[in-house]
Amino acid sequence: MISNTNALELIQAVEQADSTVSLLNAVKALANARLEAGIPTLIEVLSYNNPSPAIAAVIGLVQLGEVAVLPLLNLMDDYNYGGRAWAIRALAGIADPRALETLLEAAATDFAMSVRRAAARGLGNLSWSKMIPLEVNPAQKRVFTTLQITSQDSEWVVRYATAFALQGLGSSVEQSQPDLVGEIKAQLEQMLATDEDLAVRTRVQLALKQVEEIER
Amino acid sequence: MESSPENYTEVDNPECLTVEQAIANLKGEDQGLQYYAAWWLGRFRIREPEVIEALIAALDDEANRTELGGYPLRRNAARALGKLGDFRSVPALIACLDCSDFYVREAAVQSLGSLGDRTCIPELMKLLEGGLTVAQPIPGSPHLAQPYNLIIEVLGSLGASEAIDLIEPFLEHSVELLTYSAARAMYQLTQNSIYAERLVQALTGEKLLLRRAALSDLGAIGYLPAAKAIAQTSAENNLKLIALKGLLEHHVKDCSPESWSVSDTAIYLMNLMDNLL
Repeated sequence: MISNTNALELIQAVEQADSTVSLLNAVKALANARLEAGIPTLIEVLSYNNPSPAIAAVIGLVQLGEVAVLPLLNLMDDYNYGGRAWAIRALAGIADPRALETLLEAAATDFAMSVRRAAARGLGNLSWSKMIPLEVNPAQKRVFTTLQITSQDSEWVVRYATAFALQGLGSSVEQSQPDLVGEIKAQLEQMLATDEDLAVRTRVQLALKQVEEIER
Repeated sequence: MESSPENYTEVDNPECLTVEQAIANLKGEDQGLQYYAAWWLGRFRIREPEVIEALIAALDDEANRTELGGYPLRRNAARALGKLGDFRSVPALIACLDCSDFYVREAAVQSLGSLGDRTCIPELMKLLEGGLTVAQPIPGSPHLAQPYNLIIEVLGSLGASEAIDLIEPFLEHSVELLTYSAARAMYQLTQNSIYAERLVQALTGEKLLLRRAALSDLGAIGYLPAAKAIAQTSAENNLKLIALKGLLEHHVKDCSPESWSVSDTAIYLMNLMDNLL
């Protein structure tokens, strides 16, 4: 158990870091301590526009898991797309379905492709077992509707993330909603036939293969 | 603060100009409208013959000059022609390689690279003559005498093996970015991994700008052994994903264009990519 003084010191070390290396080390130390009190500081680091500390902060937030979900939803920086993308990545990694609305909106409407990409990825692997059972099927249908939109995104990387997400969704609904599996496969087959990007089509092939293997 | 290479394509608003208006503006007298129209026609890929002809004519423009003697309209026209992909523009772009304005030459090299026509190879090679002796920083200038990095990259991507002897000395240039361009081209022209490994080594360097450049180069040459180093280097995920996409597409094109099976190497690359989304 870490005392309050130590927690404060770890937080201050992040706030006072004056180089990328010292910031990275301070973020790693705070992340490893897994302190609930450190969550706002880790979220702030996401907006620093500095990739390695941001990655360390995301890892820390994902390790903290559910307790970080509400702070992330509340403290997300709407005016900094870099920070927003990292926050969405953290929410996607935690996979808590309370982030559903945020992820749906971000995937379909955010102007930054790095945010749409991270959100689409997150929609593909939510922990559905944490949701009230009655809500699961309709929520999964909404995810599919949003992934149909992102499958038409102008950025290849968002369509690539959509293939990844359709694969994950296909696996989640395999038992509960066989009809939806059919629709997912049809969507993937359409992407395979029409997408102009070779990397996207290759990822779609892999997704189709994985979904079909689960069905057997 | 480092700027992030995010795309803002949504910001460009095509509705403020029509194709007819843009063509009329390009042929008109107003220099500001001409300059904007040249950019606009390239940006929105207006490939009509009339546009190509008017842009080629704009490469000889004398009216629009900067205080230092530059040719802004020629620069934009050269850039636009690269985006329009019409081979009729190749001779006119080659002629631009002799323009007194560095930025016209730079735009022409870039566009000749996009067009991918090998007839420009001898002219590009001429720009490398004199080697390192000539390619030294010019006091007070933000650039070298020629856009060497682009010239070398284009020669590499065009497979100009006759240029190897001219490119090789640039591996030792004092500007690191230029040594990367040389390494990239040397790998493309020789397939010797020693050159690609220099780029892999660059991924562990201190400067983010240089790591970004190495990522872009490795993606362009599709060097498979770099996959893990690309995934692990400290840089924006967008750039790592683009680099790995380059590797994936190179690999898929090489192995089986017609078959629908996904190779283990492709799956390995995609697993790395999935984790960066």
